[in-house]
Amino acid sequence: MTEFTSDVDSHPDSPGQDSDDAVGYYVPGEPIADTKAPGGPISERWNTRKFEARLVNPANRRKLSVIMVGTGLAGASAAATLGEAGYVVKSFCYQDSPRRAHSIAAQGGINAAKNYKEDGDSVHRLFYDTVKGGDYRSRESNVYRLAEVSTNIIDQCVAQGVPFAREYGGLLDNRSFGGVQVSRTFYARGQTGQQLLIGAYQALERQVNAGTVTTYTRHEMLELIVVDGKARGIIARDMVTGEIETHLADVVVLASGGYGNVFYLSTNAMGCNVTATWRAHRKGAYMANPCYTQIHPTCIPVSGTHQSKLTLMSESLRNDGRIWVPKNKADCTKDPRDIPEEDRDYYLERIYPSFGNLVPRDIASRQAKNMCDEGRGVGPEVEGVRRGVYLDFADAIGRLGRDAVEDKYGNLFDMYARITGEDPYQVPMRIYPAVHYVMGGLWVDYDLQSTIPGLFVTGEANFSDHGANRLGASALMQGLADGYFVLPHTIRDYLADGPFEAVDPSHPAVVEARRSVEDRIEHFMTVQGTRSVDSYHRELGNIMWEYCGMERTEDGLKKAIDLIRGLRDDFWRNVKVLGSAATLNQSLEKAGRVADFFELGELMCIDALNRRESCGGHFRGESQTEDGEALRHDDQFAYVAAWEFAMDEGLGAQKPVLHKEDLTYTAIEMKQRSYK
Amino acid sequence: MTATAGTESDTTSDGMKLTLKIWRQANPETPGAMHTFHLEGVSPDMSFLEMLDVLNEQLNAEGEEPIAFDSDCREGICGMCGLMINGQAHGPEVTTTCQLHMRTFSDGDEITIEPWRADAFPVLKDLCVDRSSFDRIIQQGGYVSVNTGSAPEAHSIQVPKDAADRAFDVATCIGCGACVAACPNGSASLFMGAKITHLGELPQGQAERDARVVNMVGQHDHEGFGGCTNIGECTAACPKEIPLDVISQLNKDLRTAMRHGH
Repeated sequence: MTEFTSDVDSHPDSPGQDSDDAVGYYVPGEPIADTKAPGGPISERWNTRKFEARLVNPANRRKLSVIMVGTGLAGASAAATLGEAGYVVKSFCYQDSPRRAHSIAAQGGINAAKNYKEDGDSVHRLFYDTVKGGDYRSRESNVYRLAEVSTNIIDQCVAQGVPFAREYGGLLDNRSFGGVQVSRTFYARGQTGQQLLIGAYQALERQVNAGTVTTYTRHEMLELIVVDGKARGIIARDMVTGEIETHLADVVVLASGGYGNVFYLSTNAMGCNVTATWRAHRKGAYMANPCYTQIHPTCIPVSGTHQSKLTLMSESLRNDGRIWVPKNKADCTKDPRDIPEEDRDYYLERIYPSFGNLVPRDIASRQAKNMCDEGRGVGPEVEGVRRGVYLDFADAIGRLGRDAVEDKYGNLFDMYARITGEDPYQVPMRIYPAVHYVMGGLWVDYDLQSTIPGLFVTGEANFSDHGANRLGASALMQGLADGYFVLPHTIRDYLADGPFEAVDPSHPAVVEARRSVEDRIEHFMTVQGTRSVDSYHRELGNIMWEYCGMERTEDGLKKAIDLIRGLRDDFWRNVKVLGSAATLNQSLEKAGRVADFFELGELMCIDALNRRESCGGHFRGESQTEDGEALRHDDQFAYVAAWEFAMDEGLGAQKPVLHKEDLTYTAIEMKQRSYK
Repeated sequence: MTATAGTESDTTSDGMKLTLKIWRQANPETPGAMHTFHLEGVSPDMSFLEMLDVLNEQLNAEGEEPIAFDSDCREGICGMCGLMINGQAHGPEVTTTCQLHMRTFSDGDEITIEPWRADAFPVLKDLCVDRSSFDRIIQQGGYVSVNTGSAPEAHSIQVPKDAADRAFDVATCIGCGACVAACPNGSASLFMGAKITHLGELPQGQAERDARVVNMVGQHDHEGFGGCTNIGECTAACPKEIPLDVISQLNKDLRTAMRHGH
């Protein structure tokens, strides 16, 4: 991996960091650089790279094999496209069908710089909005490319039969989304992710029929195989029979999604996990900016300790709903309709008179937490605290009439009523923030290749495009951009070195990978402790949410690291997994995932501790303006924190190596945001 | 319960008591049987699957292996969950199992929980079934053949709004299999009809329209799904309310294709 780390001289202006909060928790390493992004004008870089990336003779493609892990937008689209090109593709997912990956739950839409509304949109404007939205912590070249290929995505999906919303003239409709001033979001009612994923899934199944792709459903990747420094396969478990399988290939692609479930409660699906990327991280792939987490302000609150997941409601609700909590703690258990106007605190309108209820996601989220921490939260008390604030439509219904409100928000009101049993037309909704997306992920270069040659990473699993905060309707864009239009071009440059010598399944690296998986499973099945996997996961989630959630501080993060290490040790000694490993065993599946979440959580806290600035979704209590707003420190932190896995044997804990990739902007000027 | 679950929420402190009769089956080869469990403290705010989570925590604490059941998104869109609840696919409401909440039930209720029952959906373990037959039906033509990069500019294809809306309505199928589980014949005609209608409504789907229906129906029959006798249980059980007339469209397309010599 030295080729990625030796390029020190090209960083003469490496920013100096005043603070070193994480001292003792990490080891400083050499800077890292993206050696694949071409120079020159930003608008020419992708064309240049596509031209320079070597081609693979069609006759040779069927001699080259690709393993794809994950079948969400980024995985299914890439598997289909590589199959169409003629490569031999194996596609893995833990669900019972590729169609169920969690991309399916995305509601809002997908951005593309089509400028169909002739409202001043362009590739450059989408690029600009995305970099700014990411709070200047993303890589300029990657974001420009994302904006550039966004238009191809819409063409492709329409041709597949994705039923986007249309106008009466038969042309595609667009809407404005996420606070931007142009209408560039394509949508299929509130189910855009579902329709895009079904499109990619159908393209994938078409290739299964064509014989280029083989799907392995109910299979979970448990280890990466690295032979002679290159990714050459995976160890997977057949989740029905329990069989441990070795799958070898010439290149491995991880499209395994995000790790929001480290918080236990999130809007992710139950099965979303970090295991694929974390196993790769342990084998040498750097993890970049792991602390960058997006917390969405308008989710349905927790109703009890039984809660298994959180449900997001479109933040468009904030356009007409007014957010408040009681002024007096004594009123928190009252029927909100009996609380007179003068006893209500419309806190966002009070603190941010110009933006009011429409402040950005992170600010709305943090203030809701502050109100509940003060003891003014509403709704059921869970573990001693009421975590909810009112989102009240009484004014909107009075002003617009019930029918107009129902037209705009009917499906969301129905969803809320189904989950809570309350009628939001009569009683104010209760909302609370929830973890929704992670911007951090495995470090990749412009080719989407990780620090392990032959290991590529796409979609939410990589870190490259969203910086410290993701804009609405851009997760779907990135997943499909990576899968349909970026990876298929960049991966061929790597595959052009082939055909590669086959790896023998008896190679020591393969045997070792397999044995480590078997040992781990054997451990979980023999501990026979007293606590369930879920109880550990829930406790880990509480620690992460409390100390590495909406607001992070030096003291809190250090405390969290201690708590996580203690809980992790207890987990390995005292977890209780029943049943057999030779059959479908959901406790065993969860045990492996939670084991990796522990290590990830520790690294997230170290990353958050090091970054003594506030940017995007990362808010450090020590770095705010007098008004309590996020304060960036571009002079010190305009870098990607790429962590290399390392253990401190004496400590029995991680002591990762920090490699910094400087972020330089040539096409955009860095600015501080303001919502006053 | 567990070491951490010392504090209960307001709503669960004196919850419902339920008697649960649940299908348990060790693996595809071993015959299964109904088992009875008693669960207390069930909050009306729990989802049906959260109620099963609580039961599983209780079983785990008692040293009995938790009950296997499928779920993923738990917000009604991925289609992974699906149980026969008191003999009804997804239970008594028009929604997915994950979106069914315990307030639908009453203190003292006895609830019967079984997996989907259909020859083409073999039981894997307890409440989990194998629905890969659905994927194999889609493989036979549930797509538009367009390679990445070969698509024309999006606005070169105009679609009348009513056709686009109709295509969307039927494209909302989540592939959960409730239609098959509810059908006395174990037919997947509603599932197939939804895909045939989605692509058949759109100009993009016309070129392969005949071959699509013939190949998908062929695979459907090969998988062991039964024939449709227009009973309508499928559409009554469908959490996405896919209308019965997609089966008319399916039959019409099949007749047309055969007339064209397929």
